Order: sequence, then C-alpha cells, then structure tokens
Amino acid sequence: MPTLSSRLEAAIRVENLAKRYRVSQAGRGWRGYRTLRETLAGAATSLARRWRHGHPDEEFWALHDVGFEIAPGEVVGIIGGNGAGKSTLLKILSRITRPTRGRVEIRGRVGSLLEVGTGFHPELTGRENIFLNGAILGMTRREILRSFEAIVDFAGVEPFLDTPVKRYSSGMHVRLAFAVAAHLEPEILIVDEVLAVGDAQFQKKCLGKMGQVAEGGRTVLFVSHNMAAVQNLCRRVVHLDKGRVIHDGDTESCIAAYLRSMAPPGSKVDLRQSPQRKSGSRPTLTELEICDVSGELTTCIKAGDALVFKLHYESPHPLTGPAFRVIVSTITGTRVFTVNTRWNAASLEEAPAHGCAVCTIPGLPLVPGEYVASVGCNENGQTLDFVDGVAGFSVEPSDYFGTGQLPKPMHGATLVEARWDVLSGNGDGPHPGCLAAQDALSRQADLVS
Amino acid sequence: MSMPWQLGELEPDALHASPPGLSRRPLTTIGPSSGWQLLNVRELWQFRELLFFLTWRDVKVRYKQTLLGATWALLQPLMMMVVFTIFFHKKAGIPSGELPYHLFVYSGLVTWTFFATAITQAGNSVVTSERLITKVYFPRLAIPFASVGAAVVDFLIAFSLLIGLMLWYGILPGLNLLAAPAIFACVVLAALGVGTLLAALNVAYRDFRYVIPFLVQIWLFATPTIYLPDAVPSPAAGASGAGLLQSILALNPMTGLVAAFRAATLGGEMPWNDLAVSMATTLLMFVVGCLYFRKVEDNFADII
Repeated sequence: MPTLSSRLEAAIRVENLAKRYRVSQAGRGWRGYRTLRETLAGAATSLARRWRHGHPDEEFWALHDVGFEIAPGEVVGIIGGNGAGKSTLLKILSRITRPTRGRVEIRGRVGSLLEVGTGFHPELTGRENIFLNGAILGMTRREILRSFEAIVDFAGVEPFLDTPVKRYSSGMHVRLAFAVAAHLEPEILIVDEVLAVGDAQFQKKCLGKMGQVAEGGRTVLFVSHNMAAVQNLCRRVVHLDKGRVIHDGDTESCIAAYLRSMAPPGSKVDLRQSPQRKSGSRPTLTELEICDVSGELTTCIKAGDALVFKLHYESPHPLTGPAFRVIVSTITGTRVFTVNTRWNAASLEEAPAHGCAVCTIPGLPLVPGEYVASVGCNENGQTLDFVDGVAGFSVEPSDYFGTGQLPKPMHGATLVEARWDVLSGNGDGPHPGCLAAQDALSRQADLVS
Repeated sequence: MSMPWQLGELEPDALHASPPGLSRRPLTTIGPSSGWQLLNVRELWQFRELLFFLTWRDVKVRYKQTLLGATWALLQPLMMMVVFTIFFHKKAGIPSGELPYHLFVYSGLVTWTFFATAITQAGNSVVTSERLITKVYFPRLAIPFASVGAAVVDFLIAFSLLIGLMLWYGILPGLNLLAAPAIFACVVLAALGVGTLLAALNVAYRDFRYVIPFLVQIWLFATPTIYLPDAVPSPAAGASGAGLLQSILALNPMTGLVAAFRAATLGGEMPWNDLAVSMATTLLMFVVGCLYFRKVEDNFADII
C-alpha cells in the first residue's frame, strides 16, 4: 500500500482508465477513412438502430478500469498478448489519444518512443533530420546542439551527415532515428518495442542505452514481447489482458504467470479437429497425451524427470515406412529439440492402421520454463500430418545435478552434464575427466563391434 | 534560409544544469475530451521551436529536386499575371482604374496566391502528417500553422518582385505602405482560420481533398483580384439578385483585404468600410477554424 508521500510524488498515476472504440471506428483503421456520404448514412442507420434496440453502435473497450502508480525512478515493463491494450495505454500516456473515462497524472516531461524515425523527412539530410526529429520529440534547439555529437557518434553516420536520408540504408536510418530518440532527456521515458529493429549488435547497444537511462534515475515504461529484455531491464511488471490489469508485481512472478497463460492447455489433446493442423495434411494423428514416468497425465514436470509423449493415430490402411516426431519449442518459438522415430530407433518397416507411438525421454534436460509440443508423422518420407503447437507443458526447477543447486531460465536453454577438475599449474597432461571420457568411448566402441 | 544550427551559439543553460527537482516537474493531467477550446497559447509558445522547424521543413522540402527552386514562388503569380493581362484586359477589356493592368493584377495576385497556397497546403497538412499524428504528441495546430508559415516565405519572395515592378513603373508608395504589414497579418489570420478548418474536416472526411482545389478556384473569382470591386453590378444598376451577390461578396474576407493591400502598396483610396467588414469576418473565421480544430483534434489519432 503506497504511503501518502509516495502517492503525492508518483511519477505516473493512472486511475480507472478506460478507452472505448466504436467497432466501425476501430475497423476504419484498416478499411480506410469514411466519406461525408457514409457519415450521413451512418447517422441515419445508427439513429434507427438506437430507436429500435436502444444501443447505437457496437462497442469495443480497449482498456477497462486500468489503474496503477509508478514512483519516480521505477522501471516498469508492460506485457500482454495481442489486443491486451498495451498500445492503447501507451497512446493515452503519451497524449496521442484521449481516454473515454478516468484520468492520468504525469509528473515530469514525457518522451515517448512509440516508433523511431517517425519525424524523418526523406528529402532532408541526416543533419537536418536530427534537428527536425529532435524538435518533434520535444527537444529544444539548445539540447539538440548539446547532444549533437553524441547522437552522430552513437548512430555512426558521420560521413553521411549531409546526404538526404532517402539515400540511407534502412539500417542507417534506424540507427540515426534511435540515436536521436535515445538522447532525449525526459524525466519519464515511454518505449514501445524499439528493440525490434536493427541487427543483434545494435539491439544490444539500444538495450545498454536503455539500462543507462534507467540507472540515471529516470522513470521508464517499457512495452515489449521480448521477455528477456523485460527481465533484464525491469524490476516490476504490469500484465494486461483484454484491457485489464491482471497482475502487477515483481518481474519473475509476473512473467511466469504470463507465460503460463500463453501456453496451450491440457495434457491430453484431441487432434482430430485441431485448427493448428498444417494445411494439406491428411488428418491421421488423433490424440496426444503427455505423461510422467508412472503414466499419469501431467502438464508440469520437474527438470531431469522422465517425460512420455503418447501419440495416437488412425489411418485407413497400415502405414508403410512410417516416422513419428515430436518437436519441443520454447513459448517464444525457438525449437529446443526434436525426437523422431527415424533417429532415435531403427526405422520402422510398417505400423498397424490404428495404433499409438510412445516416446519416452528418460531425463528431460531443460531449464525451468514453459514449452510447447508440435507433432507430426510421415509415411515413406512424405509428410502425412503435422499439428503445430498443440500442447504445452511446464518444467519446474529441480535439483537436476544432485548438487543442491536449482537451475534457472537465465542459465540457458538446456542442462548439460559435465565433469570439472581443477588442477594446479597449466593443467597439462591427461586429466581425470578426459581419461574417464576416453574410457567410456572405447567401451562404447567395444560394445558396437 | 539559414540553418538552425548556425542561428545561435551554444551557451550554458542554467535551467538545465539544475537537477530535476520534484517541485519543478510539471504536472500533466490527461482526461476525457474537454470540449470547446480556442487556443492554448502557453503550449503553442512552448512548442514554438517545433513550429519553426516544421515551417523550415516545409520551405526546404517544397522545392527540393526542382530545377528552378524558389523561383517558382515568383513564377506562379507572374504567369497568372501574364495570362490575366492577355485574356481579361486585352480581350475582355476589364478596366483597372488609373493603374497599369498588369501591376494592378499582380498586387492582387501576390496576396491571393499566398492565401490560396496557404489554405491548400494547410488543408492537406494534417492528413499527410498521419505518421506523426499517430506516434508523437505535440500541439496539432502546429501542423497547419507551419504550412501557412511556409507560404509566408513564398509571399515575401513574390512581394519583392512587386516592389521591383513598382520601382520600374515609378510608382512610389505613400504613407499607406505602413498599413501593409497589418493588412497582410489579417490575410495570414484568414488563411490560418480557413486552413485549420479545412485540415480538421479533411481528417474526418476525405471529400475535402477534392473540395479544396475547387473552392480555391471559385474563391478567386469571388475576390476582386483581377477586377475592380465596383465591376460587380451594384444594386443601383437594378439587376435582380445583384444586391444579394454584392453583399455575399462583401462577406468574403479577401474582398476587403485584397483591395486594402493594393491600396497600401500601389496607392489609391483605402476602402475602409470593406476593410472593417473583412477584418470582422476574418476574425470570425479564425475563431471558428481554431474552435473546430481543437474540438476534433483529440480524435485525429483514432480516425486518421
């Protein structure tokens, strides 16, 4: 509960904020603008509708009684799926659009980076655009002059300062735009997905700059789908869903809850009518079960425990040269591993028309987090059926290595067994770990021969 | 046009050197639309540099990648002058009083071209700034105002030619010339009013994209730019409906302003009555334009 003094000094205070769009209005965004004739016709029909049904237009509430407070110097992440209301909230906070109800109090100058480079004019030179864009973002000429060199330096476009921006490469364009925006020195910075641009190196630079801004005691509001970036920058996260705040708290718990809400449900999934089926597939797979080692259905497994996928299928005829596979990806879509009958087992000659392929992974080497499974089956090398992202499961922290240490998501994607020997001097000569590994290899070779 | 980075020396700024104390942080309150407002002068003043930069951008960009550059600001009224002199004066015999017709018509066209350019550019300005409007906050009025500002620069170029022509013909301006800046300020005010109104209407109804060129054409003929004000049949002439026509024309703010500007530069009697009416209608247009713009500007980002 905020104390009285913190309430008085909040950098941003949002109270009962709500924003309504008329559906016809919301649709106009992509359908195009309306003409005078349409307005007159619309007025007539909505009047008639109101008379008959009592409500004028279809309504859509992008935000619903949103409220929170942010103290000066706090760095807060805002997360949520598509259509959660993140962008609408940022638009209201940066005064681009007005709320339908409620109010916002902001103490201090606001700089918003909703999209970098919006103020650029292609015909003007880089130098001219720095001044124009700076002015649009709310900098005075003096401030721009003061940080001019830093901006040029950060963007690395010095040789092209007097070239029209239309002749810039898109990378240069983005770098210059971000550089101007990054040198804005407001007390409150609102950032929307700027990290989605540029190459990896530049993204790192941007993230570094943002961290610097945050450490400088400024208030930062950061919207992103990049959970890693949110985790690095923010200590507090507000989670929006369907226009409401459903979670507001420390970053770890908030992101975990968000990822859980994003994961598809269920440990036993009916695949027959799945909308995620790849087009052109012949529906063959009927059901996927995710079980633990005792055969119980589960959605939650400890790192290092056994995991079992049971893939039921039904085909009009026995399968010749079949192959079944399960692909496990992170919630953000990175493939972690694939298990396939062709690699893990001797290839099958045939399989009965109706059956079940069971895949057991003895010790799951994954860091805690949310994962998604996709399933597929082939016949004679041809894809028969593929269903993308059908089922989700989560991996819980556990003492994987038996050392009392719990691996965390920040440590990487997979857990790897390793032996460490700490030796004196340069560590020359055969060390115990290598000898043991060579031993194991030769024993394996003996077994094969 | 000088470059903004050459305008001032970099000097230490006491205000920015001080740490941002809590008490100094300005409080902004955002709530639902608050209805009718005229002008937020304080905010416009805060953003005066933006206004300058937008004007400067419009001026710089207007003649980019053209061969003749800013000469176009001269050529437009000049070529119209030639055309009107040939067709209206030589062929149709429209009188111009004691003044040479082309000088007479050029002085009117300088003012008119400014007005026409200003309302056309301002009317389309907000729609063409869609990306800015949906991504950054600043007083929206800055956009049409900057378009009018850019047209002022064109006007000054064209006006210097008028001075040249007057010297060539040995017409020395009298004391009336002192009134010219004030009269031009009224023309700017009229352009601001009409421009902001059209800009706001254009956001909601793109019909105005087609209405504007048409409106400008009609308005030219409703303004005594190329003819003397008394060329319109007066009620005394007895023509039916002529009285109505003349009173409508008198309500056109440009009627008095064009005639007064001509009197201020080329000499002649100042049409005080017409000027007073025009100033009143100008003020009205400015108020209506700004009121409407401010009323609907909160929705721009949602409907543009």
